[in-house]
Formats: sequence, structure tokens, C-alpha cells
Amino acid sequence: MHPAISVENIGKCYRVDHAVERRAYKTLRETVTSLCAAPLRRLRNGAKGRANEDFWALRNLTFTTEPGERVGIIGRNGAGKSTLLKVLSRITKPTSGQVRLRGRVGSLLEVGTGFHPELTGRENIYLNGAILGMSRRDIARKFDQIVDFAEVEKFLDTPVKRYSSGMYVRLAFAVAAHLEPEILIVDEVLAVGDVAFQRKCMGRMKEVGKNGCTVLFVSHNMPAIETLCTRAILLDRGSVVREGNVPAVVGEYHRRLMSGQPQDQAGALDAPRPHSNRKLFCAATLLDEAGAPTQYIPLSAPFHLRLGLDVGEPIEHPLIGVGIDDVFGQRVLTVHTPAAGCVIERISGRCEVDCRIAHLPLAPGDYSVKLAITAGGGELDAVERALQFAVTDGDAFGEGRGHQRGVCIAASAWCVHASGSTRHLEPSV
Amino acid sequence: MDTSALIKQPPLSATEPESSPEARPVPAEQHETVICPSKGWQLLNVRELWRFRELLYFLTWRDIKVRYKQTALGAAWAVLQPAMMMVVFTVFFRGIAKVPAGNLPYPLYVFAGLLPWSFFATSIANAGNSVVGSERLITKIYFPRLAIPFASVGAAIVDFCIATTMLIGLMLYYAVFGGIPINFTAEILLAPLIFALIVLAATGVGTLMAALNAAYRDFRYVIPFLVQLWLFATPTVYMDPFQNNPGTRMQVVLWANPVAGLIGAFRAAMLGLPVPWTHLFVSAFVSVMLFVAGCFYFRRVEDSFADII
Repeated sequence: MHPAISVENIGKCYRVDHAVERRAYKTLRETVTSLCAAPLRRLRNGAKGRANEDFWALRNLTFTTEPGERVGIIGRNGAGKSTLLKVLSRITKPTSGQVRLRGRVGSLLEVGTGFHPELTGRENIYLNGAILGMSRRDIARKFDQIVDFAEVEKFLDTPVKRYSSGMYVRLAFAVAAHLEPEILIVDEVLAVGDVAFQRKCMGRMKEVGKNGCTVLFVSHNMPAIETLCTRAILLDRGSVVREGNVPAVVGEYHRRLMSGQPQDQAGALDAPRPHSNRKLFCAATLLDEAGAPTQYIPLSAPFHLRLGLDVGEPIEHPLIGVGIDDVFGQRVLTVHTPAAGCVIERISGRCEVDCRIAHLPLAPGDYSVKLAITAGGGELDAVERALQFAVTDGDAFGEGRGHQRGVCIAASAWCVHASGSTRHLEPSV
Repeated sequence: MDTSALIKQPPLSATEPESSPEARPVPAEQHETVICPSKGWQLLNVRELWRFRELLYFLTWRDIKVRYKQTALGAAWAVLQPAMMMVVFTVFFRGIAKVPAGNLPYPLYVFAGLLPWSFFATSIANAGNSVVGSERLITKIYFPRLAIPFASVGAAIVDFCIATTMLIGLMLYYAVFGGIPINFTAEILLAPLIFALIVLAATGVGTLMAALNAAYRDFRYVIPFLVQLWLFATPTVYMDPFQNNPGTRMQVVLWANPVAGLIGAFRAAMLGLPVPWTHLFVSAFVSVMLFVAGCFYFRRVEDSFADII
């Protein structure tokens, strides 16, 4: 079967001007004066002439997509995702390379493209539909479905400038949702709208994908990518750096994000504290089951953290807390003393504190540790990102498969009762 | 450390409870698009324009609707504007300048010239600003960019048709009540063809202006100036310039200016005056050249619109 999308070595170059006078757009006056001044400038700068820099937004980008696949494109800001979509949507031409698309293309780079505020909802449905490439007959046929999906039946004949932003976005997406292209290209349009709307959009995209349409989806929303896509591609500085199944590519994305953090492990503990001069925490090490320092914890394995403290004078009844944050800085887990009766009476001088969690219930991914120590109601020391570690995938519960979707893991027990009794559980599939 | 190597990745169906997407039966003839770098001069893609004809219709319809939304007089403005110009021109050129018009009532004479001129002026002004005005569309979705200036010209055509009804009304009024013998000759059937040539000229100039405006924003100021200048180069609107023995310079302008010949011919066809055939043919030729030049230049630069707008 021929690939639906075949991107062959494309590059897109933008010329960045380093002129002293920066203007937002070219004017004829500027061009004429620069033509006259050019001979002089050439004499001044030698053979270089005008100082231009080529910025390659895409370079040697290659990938293919089979019909029916739902591919997520992820990457940091500036990686070239939107530029790639613009090239695929034929809005801008590549500087080099070639793209082959098999099938009609529907492009959603923005919700409500072409909506005119003076026209009514009904008129805008026709206009937007025509702009997206639907024929008048198609729009008329799907008109009722579109209005239903958007839930704006009462306001069809009011000018769109009177709509609330939610209604506007719902109507715009409703029209786009009823496009039936063979290739659908979507760029983070789900970033607008409330949760109910986003769920509706995702549902619709999944449905469209199941009908054999190839979907190319760009987003920063990892859970959305993980839910919707069957394959993912990671872009960095204009090229493909990783492609494959979604968890692997998302993991690589997180790894790159984390390694880009300015503070490394030793640095966080050695760095001066923002609010005070006292540095109580001087070391933090993660130990594996054998007691050796490690940066990786298998799924559901014990979490053994060894903290080095240098407190100087004795501290009575300190409370030590350990918080685990995910890549986005969201707190996923906090543990602290006193816990299960472990009360620390006092600490003095240099000492080591061990913190153990029997089975870490976190899903595979990258995490960082925050440390804090308080006593007598006041915080004595706190360190963000004192330690970074990763939980690796594995078969934790003998299920014969790796981690399924979710932010944490749990052991489960199942049993079957014969039918006819008051309660029964169906066998797991 | 590549942890995915440690675990045998579960098959797709294991993670997704739903069945794998069923591929739609591949249609025998699949629409294939190839995207490659810009090629410089390229031909008009007529087939693509035809495929997007409904979009062209909708863009025209949008321009018209929007123009008359929330106005008190609505479409009456299509008639009122040339009518008011007619009054001004009559007062000035007939009343003050005493320009002859044969045995035709001057208001009618000037109105028949003003109509196509009004169409030409609004076409090139609107088309010239259309591409820059559609910046949001151009950077977000693909369609043949020629549809944008074409739609502006289309909207002006609709206005013209509305205003022509007033012209015919005036002609009938003068014929029935004014007692002036208006010859409804067969040449009146030529008028739509002459108008089609004016459309070609307007489209050519408008498209050229649109492309230049996108690249060099100062054209926004050049366009109104250009329109005014062009009116001075087209005295045919309010008089018959050949009657006054124009000098060589004026002659060159009159023959090079396609609109001069076409407006003269249009008026002659509508009002039953003798049609200036040579002038018409020369103007027709120049119009076609303008159209071709405008469209070719536009096609050459349209790929870079999304990057420069």
C-alpha cells in the first residue's frame, strides 16, 4: 500500500535580516534606496555585502505515514512543528525536498478560519465550509449535524460577533469536524475551549481516524497524544530525532526536556539557597536494592533515598519532607516524617537520613525530588530538584505486559463467581 | 539507557481495546498532490481554479454581504454612488465646461461612461488591497490565491449589474418621457462583450496591484493615486476626446489606455452611437495583455505570500 504522506528530505529556509533599521515589512522606498546604496555597501563590507543569516526551520526532514495511521508530532517550541504543518498544508513552499500526499487534505491550523464577524452563524458555516474545501452540497447535507454538534441552534441567525468565545469555537470546530478528508492535519486547535469541548474534539478526531483517515496531530498536550495517536514523531531543530510508538517517543521528549534543565544534580544541592544562607542538605542519593547509587528505579521497586545533612547545632524534632514532582513540576507524591511512628528526636552535626518507600507506585517516566526540613514551625532548608531519576517500564505485577496508561500503578486482584450469586466479576479480558 | 529494549512492546491491539482502524477501500483513482519548491514563472492552473469555483463564489458573496450589512440603504448604494457622480459631472462638465454630447441628454451620456469607470476603479482598488486584507486566510489555509483578487472583481461586477438596471431605466425614461430618440440598435448586444473586456483589464491591473502590495506595502498609498491619475487619462468618461482634436501626447495616452477605448465603445453600444471599432480592437488587445501579465506575475510570487504577509 502506498504511503498516505511521504515527506522526502524537505528543508525550509528563512532569511533573517541583520539590518540596522528593522522594519516589519519591506517597502519600495527601502528597496530602491538599498539598490542605490548597494555599491557603497559592497565597498564597505567587501565581498560579503548585506549581512543575512539563513535560518533553517526544517532541515532534511523525512518520514512516511501509512493510510489510517494517527501520528502525533511533538517537540519543543521552535522545533519546526508548525512550519512542517504549513508545508504539508501547502501554505508555504519548502526550500528543498519534496512531499507526496495521497488523498484530499483537510487542514485545521486554526479554528474559525475565514469567519467574518459581520455574517450570521448560518452564513459563516457555508463560508467556512467552502474555505475548508467542502462543496455547497456537502455543507447543505451536513448542516443539521453541524448545528447539532455546535449546539448553537438558537443563534444561527445572529452575527457571529455577538457570540461568546465558547460558542464561536464550538461552531468553528463543528464545521471542521465534518470535513471528511483522507488526510487530516490538526495543529493544537484543542488548546482553546473548555474541557467538555476538548473531549468532544478528541472524540471526533478518533472517530474520523477510525474511518481510515490519516491524522497528523501536533500538540504539547502529552496525554492527548497518548490517547489519540498510534505513532509519534519527535522533532528537534527542524529534523526528526525519534519516531515510533507513542510511549517511547514521549519518553525521549521528556528526557530531552529534563537534560535541558540548567541545574544538574550536584548543582542544586551546592547552589546557594534563595531565601536563607543555611545549607542543611548537602547530599541526596538514590540507592537500588543492592545499595548502590542509581538513577533508575524499576516499576514498583522500592524507593530508597539517602539524604546527607550537615546541621551544625542540634535540632529538636525536625520534620523532613520528600516531594516527588513529574516533568511538568506537578507534585505527584509527598512523604515526610513523622510517618508510621518514625519520629526523629534530634539531629546534630553531620548525619544521614534514609527514606524508604516499599513499592513506588509511579508510572514510568522522569521525576525530580524536592527536599525540605522544618523545625519549630519554621522552614530551615528546602531544595528544589535536588535529585532526578527515572522509573523504568517493566512487568511489575506478572501481567505479562508493560505499563498501561495512567499516572500511577496498582496491584489488582480478580475473581470470578458463578452466575446466580448476588455478586460476580467478569473475567478480565 | 533505552528501556524500550528491555520490554517486548505489547501489540497495538493490546493497548487499544478498540479494533485497529479499518482502512477504507482505496479508491481506484486517488488524488495525489506533490509539493516541491517554487518554480518561478508558472502557468495559470485553470483546473484548480475550476475545482475551487464554489469558494470563489462564496468569497464574492461574502464581500457583497459584508459591504451592505448594517447599512440603512443596502444595495441601493450600488446605484446611488454613480448617480451622485453623474450629478456632479453634469453640473461641472455640462453646466460649466459646456462639453458637447451630440443630441443626447448629458446626464445619460455621462452616466453611461461613469458606470464602467466606477466598476474599473472599485475593482482595482479592492483587488489591490484584497491579498493584504486576507492575511489570516492566506496564512492558515490553502486555496488558489488568485481567488482573492478575482472575488473582489466579482463583487464589483454584481454592483455594476445593479447599476446597469438604472442605466436602462434612464434610457427608457428619456425615450418615453424625454422625447429623445434613443436608438436601441443591435449593437447593444455588444455591450456585455465589451464589459467582459473591461473585466479582463480590471482583473489584470487588480491582480498586479495585489501582488505588488503584498511585497511592498507602500502600494497601499499608490493605488488611490493611480486611480485618480487613470481618471485623468480617461476623459472618455465625460466627453468624446477625439472630437476636440487632441494633441499627440493625448493621442498616445488614449490609444494605450485600454479603458478609454472600452468605455467609449460600451457607451456607444448602449446608446446607439457609432462604435469606434479600431479603438475597440486595440483596447481589447491591451486588456488581454494586461490580464495575462497581471496573472503571471501574481502566480510567480504567490508562493511567498504566506511568508511575507
